[in-house]
This record gives sequence, structure tokens and C-alpha cells, in this order.
Amino acid sequence: MRRTGHVDVWKAATVVAATQLTPSGRSLTLDAPGWGGNLAGQHADVRLTAPDGYQAVRSYSIASADAGDRMEIAVDRVPDGEVSPFLVDAIEVGDQVEVRGPLGGWFVWRPEDTEPVLLIGGGSGIVPLMAMVRAHEAAGSTAPFRLVYSVRSPQDAFFADELATATGVEVTWIYTRRAPDGWARPAGRLVAADLQALEAAGDEAPSVFVCGPTGFVESVADTLVAIGHDPARIKTERFGGA
Amino acid sequence: MAVFTRGFGGRAREQDDRLPPGQFLTEDFPVLSAGPTPRIDTDEWEFQIRTETGEIHRWDWTAMQALQQDDITRDIHCVTRWTKLGTSWQGVSLDTLFAEVESGYDFVMAHSYGGYTTNVPLDDLLDGKAWIATGFDGEPLAAEHGGPARLLIPHLYFWKSAKWIRGLVMQQDDEPGFWEQNGYHAYGDPWLEQRYS
Repeated sequence: MRRTGHVDVWKAATVVAATQLTPSGRSLTLDAPGWGGNLAGQHADVRLTAPDGYQAVRSYSIASADAGDRMEIAVDRVPDGEVSPFLVDAIEVGDQVEVRGPLGGWFVWRPEDTEPVLLIGGGSGIVPLMAMVRAHEAAGSTAPFRLVYSVRSPQDAFFADELATATGVEVTWIYTRRAPDGWARPAGRLVAADLQALEAAGDEAPSVFVCGPTGFVESVADTLVAIGHDPARIKTERFGGA
Repeated sequence: MAVFTRGFGGRAREQDDRLPPGQFLTEDFPVLSAGPTPRIDTDEWEFQIRTETGEIHRWDWTAMQALQQDDITRDIHCVTRWTKLGTSWQGVSLDTLFAEVESGYDFVMAHSYGGYTTNVPLDDLLDGKAWIATGFDGEPLAAEHGGPARLLIPHLYFWKSAKWIRGLVMQQDDEPGFWEQNGYHAYGDPWLEQRYS
């Protein structure tokens, strides 16, 4: 893990950009002097402090993998949540929070990794996988990269424009409720046949990263094992959040 | 000195003294694990304790079920910040399992089906503090929550309560397990907020 200073130290961070990604999702770019960069797939603790000193902390995956003090997080609004509605609906450029990290040394991709990679994301589970796509592109890595991204409908996709033009990654879209007009695959959840269709390309067995809601991750990981993937090469990350 | 976040009020303050610092209450039972969920048939399941002499104590499913089953009600605390109060488990006390085990070592590495490991001092497994749990809320423990059997050490962050438990190996030193090698604290006391290493 790359670190400057101890991960237990809270650092002040200023919101320098905010972009609505979907009706419920928003990207925030934070500038945190002393952050010192993170690996693709790591996350950060974000702390908010109210005027009376009350604090709330949540962990968010980081969508970027930069060497400097900036990071992009993407937050999906959890109905009845305490923190995510504030980050999606209220916080503005110039406002401050605190961050701690980077955290997690398991669900990460490093530019020196050369084996083929299969990324499978559900909903806002795309966030750490997006960091990997960006790190792969920025490094000019020749490791074969595929992304399978499952969303309810086109309007629920995070980073759709960027994924449409990203180089070095082959993207397969799975629409579970409503597909675009004329889309060949009928809307429906990701099944074994979708993943088996990828195998036809004849790559050597990839390392797999799966991220999304628990039900999605359980289902996809079980399916991968059932069609012959080595469980030891499947890394999963699930989110609950609030 | 913390930075204040403009406009953030937070919701009603949770004043419950059962809530460790930095945790929030959840009614759900979130799932966290590093890979696919292993599916282990109880016919094939076995639990072992191995000591420094190489001696191995073994229990198959039938033998485990024949031991005294405790009803356990405890609060559980996940390092990802959720706390679930008053969870109800059924299982066998580690005191029962260690009754016939002799070891001069003070540390334990827990090993799971699927390859997960986590380290715990022996003292944290004894004196009514830990169990091999096979039931949750009166039902068999579901695979995604660690079934057929998981370690249950509710006074430590919940990653220490290894799912799909397969065995315990006595160790001379406190070697780091899986998450402990990946940035998390060696001991994990939620009341001291021992989250990260």
C-alpha cells in the first residue's frame, strides 16, 4: 500500500468538483493536502462534523487512482441514509469534509499486474472498478481488460460517457429492467450465459473483481464458480452503506 | 480539531451506550466477504484444533451437534461501521471444545473453508467469550453469513468471527491473518476503535 503518513490521521478535504451522474448518484472530487495518492480499488473514510461536534463517518470507494492529493468518490443516495443524501443533494464545491486512508489492500489492481482481468460491477459497484479502468488506461497497460456493467436502465449508469470512449477495455452492458431501443439482449439480470459468451474469446483464465450490492455479488460469484472459475481468483466487494 | 462541514446536521443523535465509537445502528444483517461464498455440505464438514505437538482434535457435524449447545445473545460490530444489537445465535462454546486441548501457545490462527484466516489471542476465545455458531435466530446459519458454522467472537470487530470455520491452529506468535495483512488492526477492539493497522 502506498501511504504518506498514517491512515489513522484525518485530513481536511475540499470539494473541488461535483457532478450529477444519475438521478441518485453524484461524483465529488476532493482535494486533500497530504493524501498522497491511492491504488485502484481502495476506499476512503469520509467524516462530516456538525456544528455541535456530532460526527458521522462512512467509507466510500474511490473512482480515481491518482498519485497526488485529489480523489474522486461517487456516492449513491441511500433512502433514509444520514450521510449519502447530504453528499448527493446538499454539499457544494468549496465545502469541506475530512478523509482518512487510503484503506484496503485486497480489492486492488496494480499497473504492474499483467494477467487478464474481468471486472463485473452492479449499479454503483462500478466505482472501484472505474478506478481500475482508469489506472489501466493511464499506465498504458497491455493486460487484457474486460468490464461487465449491470445497471437497471441506461439512465442508471455511472460514467457511461467515459466508458464509451475508454481505451484498452472491452465493455459489456447488462440492462436488468430496461434496455435501450434496439438492444439485442433482452433486459434481465446477469446469468451464466452472459459470462460464458465472454469466455468464447479464448483468453487465459482472468483474475476477477466483482463489486455491487450483496445479492448481485453473491449471484455473480456463485455463477463464476459454477462455470469453472477458480474461487481463489475471484475477489469480491459488497456494499451496504447509509 | 475537526473541520466542520457546512450545512451538515446529521440525524437524531444515537445516544445508545451499547454503540461503540464511530458505529451506527442497523436493523439489517449486511454481508461482507473477500470472495465467493464456499458451499460446504454438513456431511463433509469437519472442525479441527491443532496444537504445537501436531496433535489434531477433530469434530464432524454429528459430534459438534452432540455437544452442549448454547443460546447466545450479543451485539455485533462490523469494522465497516454497522452495529447490530441483540443478535441471537446458537452454538458450542470454545471452552467446551478446548476442554481436552493442551497447548503452551497463547495465540490462535483461525482457518476457513475458502482460505480465509484471522488471528486471535487464545484468551479471547475462552471464558464464555467465543463460540462455533451453527444457528442464527433459531434457523441453520445461512452460507452467506458463514454457514454451516462460523466462529463467533462478538467482543471483537466482526471480521474476527471467521465465516465457514474449518479449524484453529495454536501459534507461538501473533501472526497476522488475511485482513490483518491487508491494512486492518491485529486485535480489533471496537470500543477502542482498533480498525486499521
